[in-house]
Amino acid sequence: MSAKSLTRDEIARRVARDIPDGAYVNLGIGLPTLVANYVPSDRDVIYHSENGILGMGPAPEKGKEDPDLINAGKQPVTLVPGAAIFHHTDAFAMIRGGHIDLALLGGMQVAANGDLANWATGDEKFPPAVGGAMDLGAGAASVWVLMDHTAKDGAPKILERCTFPLTAAGVVDRIYTNLAVIDVTSDGLLVREMAPGLEFDDLQKKTGAKIRLANDWRAISV
Amino acid sequence: MLDKRIASLATAVAGIRDGSVVLISGFGSSGVPVELIDALIEQGAKDLTVVANNAGAGRSDVAKLLAMGRVKRIVCSYPRSAGSVVFEELYAAGKIELELVPQGTLSERMRAAGAGIGGFFTPTAAGTKLGEGKETRVIEGRPHVFEKPLHGDVALIKAELADRWGNCTYHLSARQFGPTMAMAADLTIVQARKVVDLGGIDPEHVVTPGIFVDRVVEVAEPQLAGQG
Repeated sequence: MSAKSLTRDEIARRVARDIPDGAYVNLGIGLPTLVANYVPSDRDVIYHSENGILGMGPAPEKGKEDPDLINAGKQPVTLVPGAAIFHHTDAFAMIRGGHIDLALLGGMQVAANGDLANWATGDEKFPPAVGGAMDLGAGAASVWVLMDHTAKDGAPKILERCTFPLTAAGVVDRIYTNLAVIDVTSDGLLVREMAPGLEFDDLQKKTGAKIRLANDWRAISV
Repeated sequence: MLDKRIASLATAVAGIRDGSVVLISGFGSSGVPVELIDALIEQGAKDLTVVANNAGAGRSDVAKLLAMGRVKRIVCSYPRSAGSVVFEELYAAGKIELELVPQGTLSERMRAAGAGIGGFFTPTAAGTKLGEGKETRVIEGRPHVFEKPLHGDVALIKAELADRWGNCTYHLSARQFGPTMAMAADLTIVQARKVVDLGGIDPEHVVTPGIFVDRVVEVAEPQLAGQG
């Protein structure tokens, strides 16, 4: 049986199952944004946006967009009943003060010690931009990274040490990729789940850091 | 009588000097005081330092101020975004200096300036390129970097309602940097969609108390940023 690689929506659906009822969650731009589509509707998950929103709802119907109601990616959003609006410094006090339970972030690289690189490749041709990435990395109570297991050229994105400039040091708790669910522990990277049909040796070959397989590992169900 | 209302945009930006540090509210195209920026362009102040989340989009407002060579330095968290062509050209040509600041640190540095705090230690950026060269202290087992207050000579802010004492409300997520910038500058200039009588804003609903505001000008039909 050949190994199955998860699609972006399947990664999002897998992550959504792990978000607890009542959690305050910040979704990063890109793949993390998809997660909201799959959180079971019987859970109250309160979405935070760095530009001053708690209780962000889905995208509005066409024609109902308000240019003054947008998310961190500048896309139009809605408010759910119970939502709150506040200014930027409060929005970041929620992040930096550890009030946000969970930040779901995209990643360029993650290291075995939990270092995260997701804001710059070090290429000096382009002007840098950091936004709220470093605040989320350092401040959220838990940080989960969602990304492809390898770069487009096949280079591993999970490494012993990041080669790109760091966003935050030692902050990642869990990594969800198209191939695996991996916990970052004080003893290194522990594989909790693998894509259906994937052999551990193949996963290790695609990973630039030593990984261990949990005794109670499972195939990812999507 | 305390009356902060100003009849025209030109008078609202009068006296802004060359070399000023100008805080400009906004996040993407929302909350940017486009008409005040246009008035500042007309007014002519140069060698400015602009503090804003983004570095403008398209060729209008913030991007136009940059394109006209009025800004020597920009302090930003996310200067490279959709349509930030003017900034990218100036940056590539070495014609503008950039200080890149994590977004929460940017906001908190202005809050510190407004609240009379001489800086603070934060774990944000510790151990990263943006924390290099900054004083670092381990607090409760975790490295923190020291960040200085960020003070403005002028703040340009877009609000929803304002009264003659300078009390302000905002519209949805257009609020973002407005309240913090209002308290961080010596001269805070607000453009409001509607100027109302005293008492026209419920005291429970005032977001920026008038003490932080110096001038109020009504712009009934404000433009979104980055549309030109």
